[in-house]
Amino acid sequence: MAEARDSVELTATESGFQLTGSLLHGDASWLSDLTRRIGASDLTSIELDLAEVTAIDSIGAALLKELASRAKSQSKEIALINASEEVETALAHYAYKKVRQGSEGKSTDGITAIEEWFSKLWISGGHMLILISESVYWSIVGIWNRKGHRPGAAQAQALKIGVGALPVVLTVAFLIGVVLALQAAVQLRQFGANIYVADLVCISMAREMGPLMTAIILAGRSGAAIAAEISTMNVTEETDALVVMGIRPIRYIVVPKILGITLTIPLLSILATVVGISGGLVASIGALDITPQSFILEAKTALFLKDIITGQIKSLIFAWLIVICAAFFGFRASGGPEGVGRATTSAVVASIFAVIVADALLGLLFYA
Amino acid sequence: MHDDNEHEVRVLASVSDLTAAYGELVVIDGVSLEVHPREILAIIGGSGSGKTTLLKHFIGLLKPANGTVELFEQNWWELDEIEREKLLKKIGVMFQNGALLGSKTLATNIAIPIEQHTSLPQSVIDRVVSLKLHQVGLEGADDRMPSELSGGMRKRASLARALALDPQLLFCDEPSAGLDPVTSSLLDQLLLRLRKELGLSIVVVTHEIASIKRIADRIAYLENGKMVFSGTLEEALKCEIESVEQFFRTGGL
Repeated sequence: MAEARDSVELTATESGFQLTGSLLHGDASWLSDLTRRIGASDLTSIELDLAEVTAIDSIGAALLKELASRAKSQSKEIALINASEEVETALAHYAYKKVRQGSEGKSTDGITAIEEWFSKLWISGGHMLILISESVYWSIVGIWNRKGHRPGAAQAQALKIGVGALPVVLTVAFLIGVVLALQAAVQLRQFGANIYVADLVCISMAREMGPLMTAIILAGRSGAAIAAEISTMNVTEETDALVVMGIRPIRYIVVPKILGITLTIPLLSILATVVGISGGLVASIGALDITPQSFILEAKTALFLKDIITGQIKSLIFAWLIVICAAFFGFRASGGPEGVGRATTSAVVASIFAVIVADALLGLLFYA
Repeated sequence: MHDDNEHEVRVLASVSDLTAAYGELVVIDGVSLEVHPREILAIIGGSGSGKTTLLKHFIGLLKPANGTVELFEQNWWELDEIEREKLLKKIGVMFQNGALLGSKTLATNIAIPIEQHTSLPQSVIDRVVSLKLHQVGLEGADDRMPSELSGGMRKRASLARALALDPQLLFCDEPSAGLDPVTSSLLDQLLLRLRKELGLSIVVVTHEIASIKRIADRIAYLENGKMVFSGTLEEALKCEIESVEQFFRTGGL
């Protein structure tokens, strides 16, 4: 920049210091120098001569204030003298009394912080329970009584959540099946037990991978969409509008999604299981020299109905967890676009977390 | 839609000694206000004076820290869900930014309250929706999405939705905010016509002087959460309260 940035010069006088130059453009280099020299000086009341100061802006005024308060902490007084009329007016214009006290004023001790945290947790827990009970109640009522949500809303959600996710879910399941078979084969070959690849792929796909991968993809896909939709409605007063129209937002927005996902996730996860197993089959034929017939025969002896049923129960519970988490964070959102982003992030993280915790618990319940 | 055996209510809505707070910040402090039949009540005041918060208490969206809220002479917070739903059918609310459901067409938006509270066949609902859109001067816009509408059209659509169930009491949050003077005046004329032709009572939250002058029968002036004045516009102009005087003087009245 061609603009000449004249530096502020500092000279000592008999009763204090003199500043020369213009206090503009946020130049604060003189402040620390002056503070140090004031600290070193013997005088207790120091006069700061502003006669040679040509101009001052808001930052300049703030620097002078800062200087005064620093001097005060060294028990010294600063008086501004000889300011030109222009500088005087500017100083009067930027005069302010209170300075925000950083975070000092709000500091709380550990116990209060813990108390606050628990009370927040208590309130959130209450909201969660209300949400769960209302959702469950109206979902069951909603099967027979269409009033409270738009006709066809559940079917539309089933299409959106279920059919829309089909390509991703199936691709992922197929690849997981292939990888499972290949990884298992390396180990099993050492014992000459290649054929047990079929057992391993079938059982792990039916019990674990099918439902879990479907749920994780749905959490990312539909969980995020649900949270974003609800939080946006919250932020733009749409949920308020529903309330004053005598419509319960949970019933109107959440219930069709629960019904839709309940309808589709068993189908999705069973498809994922089947496609995953066929992935294992393809890998076995291609890389492990197992014939399709022997793979299928082995699979038949390995799979039990219990594996499939527990997988289905799991996937239903995962689905409900996803919708509840997404709705919970959605309804809590406030504060514009940033709030929507935060709600969506929390919803996806929380629902994946909840799904995995539930998977562990259900695993213990069914097989321990 | 109205019950025949219903006795004539003198006060459609009221708050008494209402105190509201967000955490420790007191937003409304001891306000008492009544809405009478066929009147247009303007709740006015500067930004942050608690106007919208007061409105949200009137329609039961916020629970008061202290004081009572009555709609049609029934204490809102002592009612059960079914009774509340009944009362909500008798009021309409027009939100500041319309609050139309963004993912639904205009026709669907207006149809929602009708579908939810009646068991009319779809063909009749469609007819009512067209009628409502005509009422606010938006005929033919049935299939447009809220995002395709201008600010003024969105407000009118929101008004049409508020009117969907033929309410007796209409609440409007800043109907003329963000509108040009002509559109704002047209909206005011629409409100006046609704009052005249349908006998509606209307509560308007606003800070637009021109709009207050056109429509308000009665004014409630809020300042820092307290109601410092209530009365007609003439009384307001003559009153000795400094902040009220300043509000109207700087507004050019």
